[in-house]
Amino acid sequence: MTPRRLATSGIALGALAAWIALPPLELRSPMFPMLVAAGAAVAGALAIRKGATRQGRLAIAAAVFGGSLGVLATFSSTAHLEAVVGWSALLAAMLRYATPLLFAAVGGLFSERSGVVNIGLEGMMLTGAFFGILGDDKTGSWELGLAIGILAGGVMALLYAFWAIHLRVDQIIGGTAVNFIALGLTGYLFIDIYGNRGTPEVASVPDIHLSFLDRIPLVGNVFGQLNLLTWIALALVVVTAVVVFRTPLGLRLRAVGEFPRAAETVGISVFVTRYAAVVASGMLAAAGGAYLSIAFVDSFNQNMTAGRGFIALAALIFGNWRPLGAAGACLLFGFSTALAQRLAVYSQHGGIQIDVLFQALPYVLTLIAVAGVIGRSIPPAAVGIPYRRQ
Amino acid sequence: MDEILGRYRLLQRAGGLIAPVVTSVMAFLVGGLVIVATTHKAPWGVYRGIFNGAGLNWILPWISAVDRTNAGYNLQQTLLVTTALILTGLAVSFAFRCGLFNIGGQGQYIVGAVFAVWIGSSLSGLQPAVHIVLAVGIATLGGAVWAGIAGFLRARFGAHEVITTIMLNWTAIWVASALLGQGGPLQGKNGSDNPISADVVDGAKLTVIWGDPLLQGLSIGIFVALAALVLYWIVTSRTTLGFGIRTVGKSTEAARYSGIDVARSTFLAMAISGGFAGLAGALDILGWQFRLSVGDVQASQIGFIGIAVALLGRNTAVGVGLSALLFGALVNGTSTRNLDPSVFRPELAGNLTILIQGLVVLFVGADVLVLVVLSRLRRRRA
Repeated sequence: MTPRRLATSGIALGALAAWIALPPLELRSPMFPMLVAAGAAVAGALAIRKGATRQGRLAIAAAVFGGSLGVLATFSSTAHLEAVVGWSALLAAMLRYATPLLFAAVGGLFSERSGVVNIGLEGMMLTGAFFGILGDDKTGSWELGLAIGILAGGVMALLYAFWAIHLRVDQIIGGTAVNFIALGLTGYLFIDIYGNRGTPEVASVPDIHLSFLDRIPLVGNVFGQLNLLTWIALALVVVTAVVVFRTPLGLRLRAVGEFPRAAETVGISVFVTRYAAVVASGMLAAAGGAYLSIAFVDSFNQNMTAGRGFIALAALIFGNWRPLGAAGACLLFGFSTALAQRLAVYSQHGGIQIDVLFQALPYVLTLIAVAGVIGRSIPPAAVGIPYRRQ
Repeated sequence: MDEILGRYRLLQRAGGLIAPVVTSVMAFLVGGLVIVATTHKAPWGVYRGIFNGAGLNWILPWISAVDRTNAGYNLQQTLLVTTALILTGLAVSFAFRCGLFNIGGQGQYIVGAVFAVWIGSSLSGLQPAVHIVLAVGIATLGGAVWAGIAGFLRARFGAHEVITTIMLNWTAIWVASALLGQGGPLQGKNGSDNPISADVVDGAKLTVIWGDPLLQGLSIGIFVALAALVLYWIVTSRTTLGFGIRTVGKSTEAARYSGIDVARSTFLAMAISGGFAGLAGALDILGWQFRLSVGDVQASQIGFIGIAVALLGRNTAVGVGLSALLFGALVNGTSTRNLDPSVFRPELAGNLTILIQGLVVLFVGADVLVLVVLSRLRRRRA
């Protein structure tokens, strides 16, 4: 077996260790998940010895995580397990929570691949969330609301681009400024326009009902009733993967992010490319924000994005600045949020609120991810360095 | 020759002062434009309302005795906020000297507050001085460890501290919410169902030096904060540790070549930064809050404002002190309790404060640029 395939089977075994202890199988002895996890760990260790370090470490992480999840599950009552792990509902929730992250991560990918760090994703998302629902409310149509939200995110990104590209201000500081300004501005306008009553009911982005999937057991319940924007986000990942790695446009983008001087020498404008990439990233992040306010929760709250822009950024790093990898990380974060939401059943009998505690899970996962459990990620070479024309 | 040199030095020194002042004025002007555009009120009146709400009218000689008493109350609260902001500002500044951007002051502050309320509300009967030192010490250490995680991840794995500290912020917020919330181990056991801690025992409360001890009078915490400013100056400019940290901040490569342990400096810079923020949490709890609720944890902004404090204060001890006072006045002057609602809605003003902070951060980057351009023009002429 090749080391990579060995590692992949290790990851699969790690997942299996958790799965056998969960519904519908629900094996009740902690021995089973332990044994399977041990197998996963062995596969990972072998893969590392044969040179597939990155994948091997991932397999060992899967063994530890899946094994402990499986063992924990054997100690829980089956009724609770079934309330938490309704697979189809859990997976559908995962996609719902991952959608805003997917938009923002793909946005971040464009910006960072062009060589501009975008810490301001969070603020651009928040801008999209507020102006999306404001536009929806004023025009009465979700299409226009979404467009206005995206446009507002683009304007915010343009401001940032001017600061980062033209004025060559430190990109981390500029991005932080964007986050503060977005937080203050949306909070201010929210109070000024909607006061303490909150946002009114608005036309929300519709779900897509795929009736032909109804008869397929699991798939029908997961994919049968997803929001239009979730589908767009998934499509966007594929389109981005093609555009960035398979087209001349993507090659130019990457060239500017890796070696801007060389790119300029062969006639690619570094400034134009970077402006376009940053504005695109702002618009995409804003689309993710608008999904939150006019498709997911159908209301706006101050600071409602709650660090999702940063999680998206971490997903990008986790995914090694590649669309499919980043998307995988977004799904992982979405899954952990979905799981945390459903753990409330465990805190009905007094004691500490498990579901509140597990709200921290996506953030802890992000920490582990950027700490490079899976080895160091390699950013675009020129990321964060302002370009000076000669 | 001497005369020219002297004038140049004066210009430079003035430049160090002018830039932050211009930055603040610009930020307030844009904030004023937002007021005019959205509410059609005169910004001057709003800013005067904030000024009075902050109790800064206390220094004006012509106000009446009644006004002065009220202004005194407001000013005491402003100085309490200033105390915390000096420390959260230092938390950002200190890491900045090492080239690290610590935006996790909020989480480190929360960790400090949680430890302070835990120690402060238990162990009753302990000698007050011992109790206070213990609570403050453990809270400071807690903040240091929390930031130290980010420092370690940066030093060992190269994980960017901006992302790790933000993640640590949210982790702190949710863990603290679970600890203080319904059924949590730190929830007060005095029969109430509120998600709030027990009160700090009297022995662990800081001495109040100005005003009513129960009504948020000014505690000795302000002296601790001022001492921290002095300590910050000494450590950064008069010790080997500070020299190492600054060298790493200027150039990692140069530091490594001259034998400075970069990983150690990085870790220590973050940990000490976190210590400042943890200390801020402890002083707030033991000085005037005396209890901590889930609402406090989730709504607090003190750590975040520290970023603007540090950037505007340009990471100098004096600058951080002054900008902490400015933002302390802004925060307290726009609070629901202190801002006259007939002048301006406090909820709006609170967000205006955040907006002004953002503009400060934005213009700080640009004002450095203005200075560079100015000095280059000067050099070209010379």
